[in-house]
Amino acid sequence: MTDAVKRDRGLLKIDDQECKGCGLCVEACPPRVIALGEHLNHYGYRTAVYAGTGCTGCGICFMACPEPGAITVMRAVANRAAAAAIMSTGQEGSPSCASN
Amino acid sequence: MRKQLMKGNEAIVKSAILAGCRAFYGYPITPASEIAEAAAEYMPRAGGVFLQAESEVAAVNMLYGGASAGVRCMTASSGPGISLMQEGISYMAGAELPCVIADITRGGPGLGNIAAEQSDYHQVVKGGGHGNYRTIVLAPHSVQEMADLTALAFELADRYRNPVVLLADGFIGQMMEPVEFPEQAIEGQTPDWAVTGTAASRPNLITSLFMDVDDLEAHVRHLEQKYRCAEHLEARAEEWQAEGAEIVLVGYGIVGRILKAVTAEARAEGINVGVLRPITLYPFPVSHFKRLALRARVFVVVEMSNGQMLEDVRLALDGTRPVEFFSRTGGNVPSHEQVLDLVRNLAKRYSIAPITEPAINIDEERMANV
Amino acid sequence: MSSEQFSEYTVVHGRAKSFYERYDRKPELQHQTHFCPGCGHGIVHKLLARAIDELGIQDRTILVGPVGCSVFTYYYFDVGNVQAAHGRCPAVATAMKRSRPAGIVIGYQGDGDLSAIGSAEILHAANRGENITIIFVNNAIYSMTGGQAAPTTLLGQTSTTTPEGRSATTEGYPLHVSELLATLQGPVYIERVGLGDNKQIAQANRAIHRAVENQVKGLGFSLIEVLSPCPTIWKMSAVDSQHWVRDVMEKTYPLGVFCDRTKEAQPRRLPPEPPSLEAIPAILDIVNDDSAEASSAANKATKPIDLHVRVAGFGGQGVLLLGEVLAEAGLEAGLEVSWLPSYGPEMRSGTSNCHVRLSDETIDSPLVTAPNILVAMNEPSLRKFDKSVRPGGWIIYNGETFPTDCVRNDVHVLALPFTQIAHELGSARAGNMVMLGALLEVANGLPQSSIDAALRRLVRNTKWFELDELALSRGRELFRESFQEV
Ligand SMILES: Cc1ncc(C[n+]2csc(CCOP(=O)(O)OP(=O)(O)O)c2C)c(N)n1
Repeated sequence: MTDAVKRDRGLLKIDDQECKGCGLCVEACPPRVIALGEHLNHYGYRTAVYAGTGCTGCGICFMACPEPGAITVMRAVANRAAAAAIMSTGQEGSPSCASN
Repeated sequence: MRKQLMKGNEAIVKSAILAGCRAFYGYPITPASEIAEAAAEYMPRAGGVFLQAESEVAAVNMLYGGASAGVRCMTASSGPGISLMQEGISYMAGAELPCVIADITRGGPGLGNIAAEQSDYHQVVKGGGHGNYRTIVLAPHSVQEMADLTALAFELADRYRNPVVLLADGFIGQMMEPVEFPEQAIEGQTPDWAVTGTAASRPNLITSLFMDVDDLEAHVRHLEQKYRCAEHLEARAEEWQAEGAEIVLVGYGIVGRILKAVTAEARAEGINVGVLRPITLYPFPVSHFKRLALRARVFVVVEMSNGQMLEDVRLALDGTRPVEFFSRTGGNVPSHEQVLDLVRNLAKRYSIAPITEPAINIDEERMANV
Repeated sequence: MSSEQFSEYTVVHGRAKSFYERYDRKPELQHQTHFCPGCGHGIVHKLLARAIDELGIQDRTILVGPVGCSVFTYYYFDVGNVQAAHGRCPAVATAMKRSRPAGIVIGYQGDGDLSAIGSAEILHAANRGENITIIFVNNAIYSMTGGQAAPTTLLGQTSTTTPEGRSATTEGYPLHVSELLATLQGPVYIERVGLGDNKQIAQANRAIHRAVENQVKGLGFSLIEVLSPCPTIWKMSAVDSQHWVRDVMEKTYPLGVFCDRTKEAQPRRLPPEPPSLEAIPAILDIVNDDSAEASSAANKATKPIDLHVRVAGFGGQGVLLLGEVLAEAGLEAGLEVSWLPSYGPEMRSGTSNCHVRLSDETIDSPLVTAPNILVAMNEPSLRKFDKSVRPGGWIIYNGETFPTDCVRNDVHVLALPFTQIAHELGSARAGNMVMLGALLEVANGLPQSSIDAALRRLVRNTKWFELDELALSRGRELFRESFQEV
């Protein structure tokens, strides 16, 4: 197996300006790869921070988060064509809850 | 079109539909129920919506919804029902939504009775709801005016984006007189601010909420400006033998009719008397009062209330002329004999000189272009 | 770190298209919502926006916002927005859907808004089965106003207005809206969901999607009650309040589907095209010039007329119809007319009366306080109005003998047993028309053709029409017989 196979299926982006640090995503995340950061943001919140690895792209944190765009969940695709296919059909449906 | 004998309450509905009204929401109350009944009969046939709401509170909020959707819509009620609608009327004025509300006034306060009074004047003319708003108020005195002023009410409601009240009483609602309608029905235009569930209207918002203090003040000033504009352009009154009259009788609605009959008799006795009948109660036709005050010695307000319009007459005259008042309430009607006696006494008290030549009648009806 | 195989990441969960990118309507902090950290409203907003996206109805959606913490739905949702008064959302939504059936009308309400002040509106909208969708956010408290009790507040739960905890004896029991509304026949779909953990949120997501989809399919009224955390007012952390929904609230408010008629429900069709504008006058029964009924010159009055008529009797004697035929005939004859039924204080104890005016000139007052003709159909009516008759006027009285104490030497009297006469003609009910016949002789000037036209318009039944015509001419005859010498 190469390095590439170990690469995470998912990727998280957290907007630390929109996040209010409620911690619901931390609680919701099945692989437990989100935590509240040590630093306060501009508005005085300890915002959520992605650990950087381990995201499965399940989207459960997104559903638990009360802010429309604080969390963006991405999923890895094999190639550009597959990416385009996913983009054209819109979002991938509801996140699975099997892992919870 | 041939004139048809028709009740005032029915004329309202037919005129409304001809004027493009396509939704009626109401709750039964005597003496306004016939309007809902006529709407139930005709509105669906005309492709419109009729719905008997669970209360006047719901009905007025249905108007809010219908108007938000850009549909010409109306309701009809009376005293207690109008009281319940006040919150919604305030919201509609705040959100700048047009609608027409027919108030066929009954006796009050409380349950009062179902006879005709004019005691809703304060609550509709002064605005019974909260906030800095006004409603335009039209006061028909005949079945023809029930029809004409209903059409005008829709026009003004749209022009000013504000609720318009048609303030009438049970007499005019129940009465049958010949009425003539316009030949052509009008189609209500969907305003570009309406929320209609389409791509084009997606950016639109209907709200009366302005969280920021300066935003709300600016909104209030904007509303105020509309009202000033209406005061300049929309005040209407009928002057009946009033030119040069030394006694001016003032009354609206059915009282206006009685005052005309009194005037005819009093003038036959040589008393120089005329009638000033406000057609718009808000905006109040102040300029008519000011002009007639140049000649008149005394104004006599006759009302089927304990003096609600009286206050506006006093404000209009601003102390320049004495104002006498005759009132009946509870459903009693000022009898033509009682008012005639009062006129005779005033003629004596004010030493009014007898008429020498017949008065000329100018500006008799400002209704020609309605 | 790049790889040939996983060269791309693509967004699978991000800001819904139905949300604005930036909240321009919000006065400040336009990049985030006004909700407190951990607020359930935010989550419900996201689930709803997602459903709108998934169903592809953003352009058709009309969102009716409430009064409460979620009053600013229009800050966030890029759809048609209407802000309603506290509790009245279902009434507003009803009218919007009725007038714009192609729109998708969604109401969003809190538990104070829906279950307290707006309890009547939601009940009736549900009962009418309005084809709308209601999202009902139950956080067991009034949040926006600072934590007062709601009808949904749990027993024992403290609030600023139940400082010792809600007690059933003073505040009653928690109101189960979904269960209550599910007893009605109107709704097609009612479900209670929660935001208590990931599983609950996933179910909430499905339920909200379904509730909106039902409307898109035209199935009817759907309501989703969402048990929703309010960390600020509950004074708990976001996570604790989430758990409180699951561990405590859910015990009082069990989750589940309370009503599902989506299988049986018939999809509603859009209403038919409205009639053309040209068709409207006819729909309103407004007669146009071409009508055969238009008055002809032959019907015009033959001499000046100024009638002030009062007709009085018991209800059922045909008082109002007599007046109406007279007024209609006057109109036919080209006169000014008015007809006013007894109204208000006059309308007591089953008596009935009306005022009729006919004149060549504009009618000032339609009220007849001093009639020149009184038609009294019984003695009480006579006694009520006899003094008001003008000197020189007429009293037409339905009675064999005129009461002696009512006799005045300045008025004319025709007293006959009109009801009896009508009875002999065929029906006592035509008594009013015999009296009208006599009245027409008094009034003298209305051509018979104008009366015929009026009667034809008002009395559609041929049998009655013929009897009435007979009665009218009998009345005329009786008058002439009685006053041959006059
Ligand atoms: C007629 C009226 N009464 C009272 C209020 C004040 N008020 C605003 S929001 C609210 C309660 C809202 O509670 P809820 O519906 O539960 O929504 P939440 O804030 O909890 O989301 C009240 C009483 C009002 N705006 N209008």
